Amino acid sequence: TSAVMAVVCGRGLLAPLGGRLRPGPRAPLRTVAAAAAAAPLYDVVVSGGGMVGSAMAAVLGHDIHFHDKKIALLEAGPRKEYGHMPDSYSNRVSSISPGSATLLSSFGAWDHVCSLRLKPFRRMQVWDACSEAMIVFEKDDLDDMGYIVENDVIMSALTKQLDAVADRVEVFYGSRAVGYTWPLPSHSCDTSPWVQIELADGRSLQTKLLIGADGHNSVVRKEAEIKNIEHRYDQSAVVATLHLSEATDNNVAWQRFLPTGPIALLPLSDTASSLVWSTSHEHASELLAMDEESFVDSINSAFWSNVNHSDLIDTAGAMFRSAISLLKPSGMAVRQLPPSIAKVDPESRAMFPLGMGHATEYVQHRLALIGDAAHRVHPLAGQGVNLGFGDIACLAHHLSAAAFNGSDLGSLKHLLKFETERQRHNVSLIAAIDVLKRLYSTRLAPLVLLRTWGLQATNALPPVKVRI
Amino acid sequence: QLSLFRFTVKRLFSTSHSSVDSKEMKKFQLLAHKWWDEEGEYSALHSMNDLRVPFIRDTLLNMSTNYHLGNPLSGVKILDVGCGGGLLSEPLGRLGASVTGIDPLEDNIRTADQHKSFDPVLAKRIQYKSSSLEEIVEESMETFDVIVASEVVEHVADLEMFIKCCSQVLKPEGSLFITTINKTQLSYLLGIVVAEKIIGIVPEGTHEWEKFVPPEELQRLLESNGFSVKTVNGMLYNPLSGSWSWMESTSINYAVHAVKSGAQGQSGPADALSETESEERSATAGTTA
Repeated sequence: TSAVMAVVCGRGLLAPLGGRLRPGPRAPLRTVAAAAAAAPLYDVVVSGGGMVGSAMAAVLGHDIHFHDKKIALLEAGPRKEYGHMPDSYSNRVSSISPGSATLLSSFGAWDHVCSLRLKPFRRMQVWDACSEAMIVFEKDDLDDMGYIVENDVIMSALTKQLDAVADRVEVFYGSRAVGYTWPLPSHSCDTSPWVQIELADGRSLQTKLLIGADGHNSVVRKEAEIKNIEHRYDQSAVVATLHLSEATDNNVAWQRFLPTGPIALLPLSDTASSLVWSTSHEHASELLAMDEESFVDSINSAFWSNVNHSDLIDTAGAMFRSAISLLKPSGMAVRQLPPSIAKVDPESRAMFPLGMGHATEYVQHRLALIGDAAHRVHPLAGQGVNLGFGDIACLAHHLSAAAFNGSDLGSLKHLLKFETERQRHNVSLIAAIDVLKRLYSTRLAPLVLLRTWGLQATNALPPVKVRI
Repeated sequence: QLSLFRFTVKRLFSTSHSSVDSKEMKKFQLLAHKWWDEEGEYSALHSMNDLRVPFIRDTLLNMSTNYHLGNPLSGVKILDVGCGGGLLSEPLGRLGASVTGIDPLEDNIRTADQHKSFDPVLAKRIQYKSSSLEEIVEESMETFDVIVASEVVEHVADLEMFIKCCSQVLKPEGSLFITTINKTQLSYLLGIVVAEKIIGIVPEGTHEWEKFVPPEELQRLLESNGFSVKTVNGMLYNPLSGSWSWMESTSINYAVHAVKSGAQGQSGPADALSETESEERSATAGTTA
């Protein structure tokens, strides 16, 4: 009888608690626990196979304490073959911090990235369109500050490393989750204690821990009813692959704050750079529509023109600079000139809307959010994917310790530790990026003065710069 | 034949010649289904896992050379005496051990069985039985590699008999892990007055100070019954953070690791030298095996 019970209430257990009717017989939930429930049980399911979701699954798959565990990665899109890199660069690139590079090398993915292509940069020059103020970031030692890598290159490396642990990590391509059923926290009754996941094709999975890595419109976050603080910026980012007028070392990342938004040039090679231009929706559409020559002219003008300067600001800025040089003679760095652009790769222009978001909770019983599902930022600081990789490093550390302690992986106790650590790190950075975005979106003299002096002061103060 | 023996043993049990105290059983009966509420009455036991599981795991790993960090306790047979709802059996099972959990209270076993049933890996690795320690001695002579008696010895009626039974079901060189409460003024103040009556982190009436066991007495009983005490560590509970930590002093809670001596049997002070010699020999035999 218990075997019959098991089969019968196996189907009953799969009925979502939301009361959605399913075809077929429904068994009462009061029956004895189904030891052999119909849906396969995983230790961890990662929902979302982008850079952050794939890296999360790969890190766990390579963790020694997860050697005997079952992990699944759900990706709605098809499996992409990254066999051969095209000669032209993709227009979606990311700035990878040294910390993220360390994470990627911890499970062998960074070696693949290096064997494909990437561009290290040594210096970052950030300056204002409304004044002469500028700040330069560079490391004293000859280390790289960061790397510009195409997103496709990262995905190729991650896919290779996932294939390497295919016995532990099962990747479900073309699988979108359409429903999640959450267990009751204080488990004292007969219902399944696991998270139930319903896929679009009707299959079901169960898991002890669900990790939501499904982007800023996260379905996992919505289904878990986690409040998200979000704000749509009146900006879109225009991306393109550009060719420089002349070959150069090209190991500097450039960013100029225009009143309409920051324009950035990220090095891809000695002759090519990637454009990320955040500007108003209308201007972005114009940029996409105009012919290639006008597009290139707009970019060059954005970097070189001084039309936004005013005498007041220039004088005030000059005064402040001489004051600083009295106090700190070495406080001013050399101003370099950005490269000029000759042409743009045809078909490489694209735009996407920008916004910010932050989930009020990163974790719940048997649930953790990472990457853009937890926090979404403006690209002006090049931090987006690095925050996600930071989430992965922290969560993997806590899960690995929990596994080695024989703990229930979905237990809030260690999930809360992850949340506290990451929120402490992320919230101030996300707030700072938002403030910077707003501060630099204006031509109003007082605010320009404020940020001019602020930028000059920050440039002269090593401790503050190091923290950034 | 086995059931006849069981019947005889049960009759012995009813004339109170056993380590189980029926008054104690009544106290736990009321809370039999509260085991798995991590924020409930048993929250301190849940967080004690952060201390006792690594203690057991690392002690066993240090004594062995052949293990895999993904499944550290694989192949180890553990007896969890007084397992309650299975709070300690489950993590040990997840680390790869084959666990037998026994508890005299049937409702506890029922809760434990139900909780493990949802996880097919645990369901296979852990077996629960409603039974006292004496009742399984006959069929489990020298069966287990490890015995764990956590927060149990302060509830037993006859501690020396309990220890003797542990020795009988443990393989030679096997490990015995005990966590319990010391019998001091401090343990009365913190363990009963504060914990039970003031802040209520332990259900009232759970502990009786008279039955607390000082580590010196526990050590004496262990060593006169064939065990060699290897480690004694004090434990401290912080009610504000809800977490446990190790501490030098054993004046409140403490943990003990003891090893059953080899084939030679009981060891006394006179046998100490020959016992350490034979331990060294059998220790090296263990590593080459």
